[in-house]
Amino acid sequence: MMNFKQFALGTAVALGVGLSGAMTPAAQAQDSNYVPLLTYRTGPFAASGIHIANGMHDYLKMLNERDGGIGGVKLELEECETGYNAQKGVECYEATKGKGALVYNPYSTGITLQLIPKAGVDKIPVLSMGYGLSAAADGTTFPWVFNVPDTYWDGASVVIKYIGEQEGGLENLKGKKIGYIFLDAGYGREPIPLLEQLAEKYGFELLQYPVGVKEMQNQSSQWLNVRRDRPDYMVMWGWGAMNPTAIKEAVKIRYPMEKFIGVWWSAGDDDAAAGGEGAKGYKAMNFSGVGRDFPALDDIEKYVVGAGLSSTDAETIGGTLYNRGVLNSVIIAEGIRTAQELTGKKVITGEDMRMGLEALNLDEARLKELGLEGFAHPMKVTCEDHAGSNPVFIQEWNGKKWQQASGWIEPMTDLVRPLLEQAAAEYAEKNAPWPKRTEPCPN
Amino acid sequence: MFYREAGQFKTSYKADQALMPILQDRVGLTVILLIAFVAIPAFANDFFLTSIMIPFLVFSLAAIGLNVLTGFCGQLSLGTGAFMGVGAYAAYKLTTIFPDANVIVMVLLSGIFSAAIGAVFGLPSLRIKGLYLAVTTLAAQFFLEWCFIRIPWLYNYNASGAIEVPHREAFGVVVSGAEATPIVRYFIVLCITVAIAYLMANVLRGRIGRSWMMIRDMDIAAELMGIRPLQTKLMAFAVSSYICGVAGAMMVFFWLNAAEPSSYSISLSFQILFMVILGGLGSLGGAFMGAAFIWILPVFLKFIPGTLGIDVAAETVEHVTFMIVGALIIFFLIVEPHGFARLWQIGKQKLRVWPFPY
Repeated sequence: MMNFKQFALGTAVALGVGLSGAMTPAAQAQDSNYVPLLTYRTGPFAASGIHIANGMHDYLKMLNERDGGIGGVKLELEECETGYNAQKGVECYEATKGKGALVYNPYSTGITLQLIPKAGVDKIPVLSMGYGLSAAADGTTFPWVFNVPDTYWDGASVVIKYIGEQEGGLENLKGKKIGYIFLDAGYGREPIPLLEQLAEKYGFELLQYPVGVKEMQNQSSQWLNVRRDRPDYMVMWGWGAMNPTAIKEAVKIRYPMEKFIGVWWSAGDDDAAAGGEGAKGYKAMNFSGVGRDFPALDDIEKYVVGAGLSSTDAETIGGTLYNRGVLNSVIIAEGIRTAQELTGKKVITGEDMRMGLEALNLDEARLKELGLEGFAHPMKVTCEDHAGSNPVFIQEWNGKKWQQASGWIEPMTDLVRPLLEQAAAEYAEKNAPWPKRTEPCPN
Repeated sequence: MFYREAGQFKTSYKADQALMPILQDRVGLTVILLIAFVAIPAFANDFFLTSIMIPFLVFSLAAIGLNVLTGFCGQLSLGTGAFMGVGAYAAYKLTTIFPDANVIVMVLLSGIFSAAIGAVFGLPSLRIKGLYLAVTTLAAQFFLEWCFIRIPWLYNYNASGAIEVPHREAFGVVVSGAEATPIVRYFIVLCITVAIAYLMANVLRGRIGRSWMMIRDMDIAAELMGIRPLQTKLMAFAVSSYICGVAGAMMVFFWLNAAEPSSYSISLSFQILFMVILGGLGSLGGAFMGAAFIWILPVFLKFIPGTLGIDVAAETVEHVTFMIVGALIIFFLIVEPHGFARLWQIGKQKLRVWPFPY
């Protein structure tokens, strides 16, 4: 009779043979445009990641179902689970890049940073929509990286501008205390250099409250400090489980919610809802549509969610993060369409995609054609400016849902742009020899 | 039948003291080295090299490092991830200070910093043992991780707080940075891993290795026989940290290209510890087998449905992989607590007596 040890031995041998055997990824047939989606539906950031992943997937899937793809060519979608982990993200990148990937959306500043140097070498653009390396907005230094519609530095300047408006002018910020609570990772640290500059310029005091990834769900010590310091305003750069925890803690210490403003990634419906009634008045920046009164979203419900082609819960369509994912896919789809127009090819490559994204011009008329009128501020990418520094608005949680609370606020481009260029030059210098831009400008 | 050493006579002390006294082992190792140096570079694609072989070798080296300390010297450590981080940050600083120096030399030198820090955190091992020592190494893990986040000098004041590997050339080829081809990186990692593994195989069966094992088996008896516990334990910490440091530096220079402090967190320490336990405490071959199991199996499971053309949602694959790997770990540890190394020995014995088992 076979005993346990023999069985174990057998299993080990079988695993070894199996591992060494099937290791040949098949080549892809080239009659479709392949778009890998780096998503995370597991791990500590899943609560935010699922909505983004659903939005991205559903819009592109809808194009496949409704229009038969883009320009008559179907999109081949593949999700790869990263768990917001940089190592797994790189693994996903390596696994999918050989299949003719057009563009990568890492949805993690950590993964973006790893992909930036690879993008130019592998000739696949990186689209980090409203996250990633702020300096990448400088298209002359980073021809392969796009961060439309805004960088974190644009966002940080909008927050300060908005706070200034509330106080009746930026000059009134002198002597005020602004608290900055952030995820202590590449993501949350990104805006600090700009906030420090602004603090110096306008004379307010910047108080920093870092939240480690491990202590995301236990922020009592940070908020104890907030209660002691009593900042006049709180600004948050949070993601995943950090957002609802921070809002709950803010409610607990009775921080005035109308003076608490989050970045566009701290603007999820679930995030604010965690604070209950007390979260009323919490504000967040946003650049993608609020609500679900858009024809394109109806199409998603009709062709994709209703047809059972997605794991999306129909209730969540129109949520802030879902719409963000949709906007991301709109940019991808428009990039592909522009590239097809520019090159005359139907099936395009990563290099064509780069040109398409660089020539992207999402104006009001086009948004209306897409069934997304007013969904986002019109955005245009140029060869020099890969972010566009587009205006964003502030939305407010009314206890049940988000409502737009301000008009479009322009970032302080005159202040941010020189800093971005300086940071890009520094990056190129630190990573010398950084390749000079040789890619022609399609505009 | 297949593994019989009968008839292999040793006629000199040299033959008797050889690293591999049995012919079959020598043949087997030669075949493995041929596969690693010739077959894999010739046939593997980029994904296989960058996502499977390079991390596998890096983790194997780290597991050898921890095995020296935990498997051979009996000192439980939970600071492996941080010691790897020390190596990575040291190599990064070295290469920014000396941009023209050979980056491979820098990687090998970075282990010295890691060894020094490992020795300092090894000091308590003279007084405390077992789980209590594990707690002090845990302190090292948290302290060093804090340093990686809070001392901006370590990451050259980058706004992102991450270290990014610069473009470096050695011997006329690009060896680090985004332009370095997977094949070059693979060869560097393979050579360093094989060299250190060969060196350690010899150290471990010599005087130093034996004194570590004496400390592990009974430290009082070892002391009475003239082994000085302070020097021996500290040397184990230093050697272990050196190897881990080199592995950590290779991890960022030849595999990831950029690393955040969270890359060297406690979960990495646990990952390496599991590799060592699962592979077999006190076995060099076990370190490789453990690393293969913990690293290659999940990657393989993750991409197998795609290559077979089965359409499964990415997150389902992730969950299923978690469950399968977890179940297999429990299964192997229940039936063979001494790990894959012991399982391999059983297998060898079976081959030896086949087809007449008794």
